[in-house]
Amino acid sequence: MSSLAARRRRDVIVLHAVLVPLALIWLFPIWLMFVFASLPEQALYQPGVRLWPGTEFFANFNALEESTGFTRTIFNSVVVAVIYTALSILMTSMAGWALARYRFHGKAVVAGVVLGTMTLPYFVLVIPQFIMVARDFGLSNTWFALIVPPLFNALGVLFMRQTFIAMPNDLFDAARVEGVTEWQIFTRVAIPMARPTMAALAIILFLFSWNNYLWPLLIVTQPDMMTAPVALGSLIGLTRISWGGIMVGAVLLTLPMLVLFVILQRHFVSGIAAGAIK
Amino acid sequence: MTELSLRGVRKRYGATEVIHGVDLEIASGEFCVFVGPSGCGKSTLLRMIAGLEGISGGEVSIGGWVVNDQEPADRGIAMVFQTYALYPHMSVEQNLTFGLRMNGNDPADTARRVSRAMDILQIGHLAERRPKALSGGQRQRVAIGRAIVREPDVFLFDEPLSNLDAELRVQMRVEIAKLHNDLGATMIYVTHDQIEAMTLADKIVVLRDGRIEQAGRPLDLYDDPDNKFVAGFVGSPMMNFIDARAAGEGDGKQLVALPGFADATIALDVAARPAEGTPLTLGIRPEHVEAEGVGDCDLTVRVDVAEHLGATSYIYVRAGQPDQMIIERQRAREEDHSGQDIRIGIPARHAFLFDAEGIRLR
Repeated sequence: MSSLAARRRRDVIVLHAVLVPLALIWLFPIWLMFVFASLPEQALYQPGVRLWPGTEFFANFNALEESTGFTRTIFNSVVVAVIYTALSILMTSMAGWALARYRFHGKAVVAGVVLGTMTLPYFVLVIPQFIMVARDFGLSNTWFALIVPPLFNALGVLFMRQTFIAMPNDLFDAARVEGVTEWQIFTRVAIPMARPTMAALAIILFLFSWNNYLWPLLIVTQPDMMTAPVALGSLIGLTRISWGGIMVGAVLLTLPMLVLFVILQRHFVSGIAAGAIK
Repeated sequence: MTELSLRGVRKRYGATEVIHGVDLEIASGEFCVFVGPSGCGKSTLLRMIAGLEGISGGEVSIGGWVVNDQEPADRGIAMVFQTYALYPHMSVEQNLTFGLRMNGNDPADTARRVSRAMDILQIGHLAERRPKALSGGQRQRVAIGRAIVREPDVFLFDEPLSNLDAELRVQMRVEIAKLHNDLGATMIYVTHDQIEAMTLADKIVVLRDGRIEQAGRPLDLYDDPDNKFVAGFVGSPMMNFIDARAAGEGDGKQLVALPGFADATIALDVAARPAEGTPLTLGIRPEHVEAEGVGDCDLTVRVDVAEHLGATSYIYVRAGQPDQMIIERQRAREEDHSGQDIRIGIPARHAFLFDAEGIRLR
């Protein structure tokens, strides 16, 4: 008995001996991000690496705010990500529902095309998309252009479709016999049951929008419509790179996501697992 | 109270026809059981009555109205599913009220219906629980409750007891019978379990491959089956079938030879006169196999195994053709002659005769 306990303890110690250094390596760049964000600009160019934070965080922030209007761009990012996530969840779940529940001609083709879009690299799409939205429709620098073009999300559609397929059909038949309308079946029966998957999908979609750099960079030229990543990118000039500002911006962009992820971690993992197994 | 009738009802999936023109009348207040092996189309037929499957041909009418083109909710039916189909994210009470709430039913009326259903099924104490916190029997009760609150003209049950363990199944069977007595509604019940069919039904409909083999009162089917399939399906343990051959006429009766038993011959009182040598099948139920000398024809069989259940014993014997027969004995204590030959008697008045197509010769 005691030897079993000792063996278990030894296993735990070995495991930690491996995992803790790995975790430190992983966390090191994030730590450096905090350190650099709080050092004066010149300190970065001095010889030797400093591993302890300084006191210039707010000074760096003020510089960042002055050069980019960063608070405004964070606001833009939040608006875009929230609306994008909400609309995309709605669209992907409705499309997933249709592909899971209805029999119609060409259903396999539609599902195949949706799946097929996942094999196209984003960069193949982004140029024609840009030409269409910016040149043909003249929608540069609008909320519409920031939010709508990336809305369609094949992964989300397939994710939701699998979730709905996994639900027993009897449930929906029972509701039909009770005279519940199709929309009510979708919103009152299917959606509540799909909540874990939708939570996971929401996080993925929100992160995608939050981190999206290329599309907003292309479609937005006015500073007051920029999202935060684009604003940060603009600090990398030809002659001078404002590392302090960039790192402050990176901290401000990362922190909310980190907190959100830690809080929702359980949903995230269980949602993905649910989608995977069922 | 509503009668129901099917006229020439067909179901096709593409080129494949799975229901081949079913005609059936179900009287108001009748408890009708569809029974048959899996794949016989009984659930499909029920779902067609419910409106969950389209009707490819023929007419379904409920209460005198053709309902082919009506939505399930407009047919005056309620359905109980094998999987219970309870909404997992709702409490028992919400499950019961969901349909009525979505249809904008008067809340006071909804409350009255729910409390009545809960009284009938004694599930009041479960009102706040989620389905996952209920046992199988409780879930089935809630599923039935959800049907009751609709106050339907016709109840449809799709193998409602299949997911329950044996003991609970018997208990719920009795409760469903009681429910039928109390409500007096027309009920259609699908099962593959012929014991459920025998115990619950006013009328049994035996289906095979999308056709009705026979419909009638349980004991009529048992005592007077139209064909070999029904004879074998109704009754447990199933009827013994012995290969036979027409052997001419004697004393105004049909003589039947049993090639597997050294051409032992038995004279049966049937009107049909198949040509001599025609292959036939002799059917005899396990409880009708008698001791030597009591029947009209004695056969020698070898005992394989004897199962003693207390009141009843089943003796599995090896015979010529078919390989195995079952004999039922009441209060048998000593008849355990495993491996030994015994003599049994076949009484002609309990024997059935079927032709090569399985049609009963009367």
